[in-house]
Amino acid sequence: MSRDVPVRCDGGNDSESRDEERANGPTNFLLNGNARPRWLNDILIIGKATVVVYGVFIGLGLAAGLDMNGIVSTLQQVTLLAASFALVVLALNLHWGYTGLFNIGVAGFMAVGAYTMALVTAAPDATFPGLGLPLWVGVLAGLVASALVGFLVALPALRLRADYFAIVTLAAAEVIRLVFNSSALHEFSVLGVELGTGGGQGMSFPNLRNTVSRELLYVGGDPTAGPTLFGRPFMAVGDRLELSPSVVEGWVYTVVLVALVAFAFVVITRIGNSPFGRMLKAIREDELVARSLGKNTDRVKIKVFMLGCVFMGLAGIVWQGRRGYIDPNLFLPIITFYIFIALIIGGSGSNTGSVVGAFLFAGLLFEGPPFVQRIVDATFDLPHPPTVYDGAVALGDLDPMPLLGYAVGELPNLRFVLFGAVLIALMIYRPDGILGHRNEPASPIDLTKERAPREREHAVADGGEEDE
Amino acid sequence: MRVIGGRGGLSNVTMEQWFGVLILSGLGVLVLDLVRRVVFGDLTVDTLSVFVWRGFVDGLIIALAAVGLSMTYAILKFANFSQGDLVTTGAFAGWTAAYVVAGIGVADFGSTILLNADRGTSARELGMHLFGAPVAIFVGLIVAALATILVALAFDRLVYRRMRTAGGIPLLIASIGVALVLRYLVVFFYGEHTRGVTRSSPTVDHALVFWTDSLHVHQATLIVVGIGLMVALHVLLQYTKLGTSMRAMADNRDLALITGIPTERVILLTWILGAGLTGVAGYLIVLEQETLSFNTGWFLLLLIFSAVILGGIGSIYGAIAGGLIIGLATNVSLVWIPGDLTEVAAFTLMILILIFRPSGLFGGVETA
Amino acid sequence: MSDATTEEEERERGQERERTEQAMLHVSNLEKRFGGIVAVDGVSFEVERETITGLIGPNGAGKSTAFNLITGVYAPDAGSVYFRGENVTELRPHQLVDRGLVRTFQISRELAGMTVLENVLLAFDEQRGESLWRPVVPGARRAVVRQERELIDRAWEILELFELDHLAHEDAANLSGGQRKLLELCRALLTEPTLLLLDEPMAGVNPTLEKKLLARLHELREQGYTFLIVEHDMDIIMNNCETVIVMHQGQVLARGPPEAIQEDERVIDAYLGGEL
Repeated sequence: MSRDVPVRCDGGNDSESRDEERANGPTNFLLNGNARPRWLNDILIIGKATVVVYGVFIGLGLAAGLDMNGIVSTLQQVTLLAASFALVVLALNLHWGYTGLFNIGVAGFMAVGAYTMALVTAAPDATFPGLGLPLWVGVLAGLVASALVGFLVALPALRLRADYFAIVTLAAAEVIRLVFNSSALHEFSVLGVELGTGGGQGMSFPNLRNTVSRELLYVGGDPTAGPTLFGRPFMAVGDRLELSPSVVEGWVYTVVLVALVAFAFVVITRIGNSPFGRMLKAIREDELVARSLGKNTDRVKIKVFMLGCVFMGLAGIVWQGRRGYIDPNLFLPIITFYIFIALIIGGSGSNTGSVVGAFLFAGLLFEGPPFVQRIVDATFDLPHPPTVYDGAVALGDLDPMPLLGYAVGELPNLRFVLFGAVLIALMIYRPDGILGHRNEPASPIDLTKERAPREREHAVADGGEEDE
Repeated sequence: MRVIGGRGGLSNVTMEQWFGVLILSGLGVLVLDLVRRVVFGDLTVDTLSVFVWRGFVDGLIIALAAVGLSMTYAILKFANFSQGDLVTTGAFAGWTAAYVVAGIGVADFGSTILLNADRGTSARELGMHLFGAPVAIFVGLIVAALATILVALAFDRLVYRRMRTAGGIPLLIASIGVALVLRYLVVFFYGEHTRGVTRSSPTVDHALVFWTDSLHVHQATLIVVGIGLMVALHVLLQYTKLGTSMRAMADNRDLALITGIPTERVILLTWILGAGLTGVAGYLIVLEQETLSFNTGWFLLLLIFSAVILGGIGSIYGAIAGGLIIGLATNVSLVWIPGDLTEVAAFTLMILILIFRPSGLFGGVETA
Repeated sequence: MSDATTEEEERERGQERERTEQAMLHVSNLEKRFGGIVAVDGVSFEVERETITGLIGPNGAGKSTAFNLITGVYAPDAGSVYFRGENVTELRPHQLVDRGLVRTFQISRELAGMTVLENVLLAFDEQRGESLWRPVVPGARRAVVRQERELIDRAWEILELFELDHLAHEDAANLSGGQRKLLELCRALLTEPTLLLLDEPMAGVNPTLEKKLLARLHELREQGYTFLIVEHDMDIIMNNCETVIVMHQGQVLARGPPEAIQEDERVIDAYLGGEL
């Protein structure tokens, strides 16, 4: 691995990035405040995180003896999960990081998006019928529904203290999930139209992942009709690496998700770096001040809450809804906590941090342990005692293997202990995460490059190398 | 706390009041409907009394856990999301002890110490009901309280103590971490499956109450222990220096510190009382429900929070009232809605009440 | 008989209307209770246009509560507030700011995690970029940036005026108490107020700057601004205010020119009895 790969959690990047910023300072000043270096820097940081996670998985894959197809497929799954997380984490960052709205009902808003799309697109003659409309209508309906539900939840919640707000959003999310879980909506009819969520069984609808990736890959979405212009490079790479068509299709869908993340990133960053973002920051710091300066904070909070919910709904659709099947268990509160851990790792308040956090969480913490378990199982022949007691007894006989075997078998569960420990450690030792300490300027012009009029002459004279 | 609501102007006040009127009239309509159903025989008095009775029992359990949560909330100023898993901890620790004691000479220690994780023993074999193993069940009750206190104090030392001044939200997030650690350590040791822990309750025939002629002994135990603990707590907080100190700290921590109240000691005692009650609640839940899984407490958490918020944070009487309201709401709502939506009714009720009483029904009177 | 009463009522109402319309701010019978404590108990006064009016009183007299009632932070239990003849009692803080009634806080409420420059930029009224979509949509964002350029230039002007320009990139949390007061004043002025309610604006400000600031206030008054100032420093009040209102135990004790107030027995009693 190359020298500069690791993204150090001790903030080692910081001095480096500041150096870069300084080096680019004067030119940027002349460019009239296009935040280019920061932008580039952000991509660099995200790139590094990607390299770290990919490196780990390629290493693990090789250790597990996977072939090229297997490794590329693993990377695709990790990227898909990371991008899905990133989309939600960005939305949560808009709520919590920017505005201070402590929303722990994320999973509920995802459920609204996904279920709305499912109900709109499912075939009218399916076991649990829907409206049978095209996919894009379903996606659009899902986004609108998320916004509306966001509005409904925001109205009562906005007046509450932060901790009450948190509990109300969690309660709202649970209400949403339990309603979809209820046998009352198993099958029902609205205005004579038969609909059904399937209750706890879940419901099926046209497969989003396959439809989208085949539409993009093949002419007319038909695998036998040959690749489209967009699909050609994918097919070429796939042929070269001898990948199976399903892996190539998976990558196409993953690329779509990554594009959505990029879109959300740009939108949310533009909002953050604007006078609107300034109001958000002010609300987070002290809402009364914002009001006393003439800002209608209620309206701002409702708007931003709805927008965040739209992104959460989108994530619900493209992530949990991608397989053409959803059930209420995909939207348990634990999903919300995953998102929080990812955001806190990356650093609440920073969009770049959100993406990096999503990548590190999805890659290392979430997918890592089960992968390790698979490798250990494949390479070592550990005993698998049925309970920890047997392991402990064996340990008494100085044989650590059974206990180790039990622990390895429990890795998928133990990783939740790890999540909790990481969360606690972050809150105690590094509440700002990796990048949360970075001061994102709340202006469309990079304020850090601004110089006072009477300093400007000096600044130009000695090359703008002023300390702030 | 900052003034988030701001003034809102009179127009908003009336909006809130409108909402209050709306909710109250909604509840009024439901009560009338209930009466109508009973009068016209759509709903038998027996069924209704079963709903109310169950609501009371559930409410008492929730209230016990809610009092613990409310106390730590008032003193430490954060919403403790690991409360549900402290309930679970109490349940597992207490029943493990009960199994070990009852299993001496009867069952394999490797099986009882993990509360039957290997399915090697059974409640039937151990005679696990109040008349079958009274000593074991009593020992279990004590261990449930002690173990939960120990776990809570350990996490206070390891986590919360380092964050005393960090503010409510960071502490809340840390407590989510604690919750995950606790819950999945339980899974690590005890496994994921839901187990039957006790046998169904023995009954005693009597003629004391009108709707039933046989008394469910486990439920009766729960009610006696629960009410006893609450009365004891009331006396403790009302007539001792600890109670005064706790009220002072709930009111204003800095002031309490200046006036020489040993805040760390009060925090310690708060954890002891709060976690003890919570552990007992977890233990009694199993006595009544007969089954236990690693998720038991976590599923209760939001109901516990609802109770605390309904009652108003920091008010133990509020928490008790809130617990009973939530217990009744989740059971009596069965008259109108299917069983899988009762929690929806409880949560919705909480959200609606918060709209017109943003600090809870008994909020603002932080009595610790 | 009924005629007489209506006539009298009419006349009273007429006078009331006259007063409310002439004065910049007219407060009438304002009342606020917290639990059992009456913080503001039937307070009435006027603030005349283009004056600097002082509001003084011992600690706990209800000055800050009165401020909060006027600026819409609290809803009064009774009474009304008229601003330039309009009944604004039920308006919310941001609506009052839109009308030109702006306040600062006793304990500075700087936005700690934002830089001084960001703090100042926040204050400008009607910024294009304060909509959700304009900063996002490519073409519209250009206009936002253009306006931001202007705003930044104006921000520098006012920062230089208040000698805060060297601190522009500092987080507001790192400012001294006096600097925070200045920052607040800066922000308040940028909202284009007509009436400024300043809650202890000079606390912690060094004497040189204080002199400059006072001179600045007088300048602004001449330009048509009106000020209502709560201040503990009697010298500042007595030397700079045209009118002084004295509050005591939630009520208005006296109102008049500084000379008269200084000699008012009740005021002296209140201060001696209340404070010492």
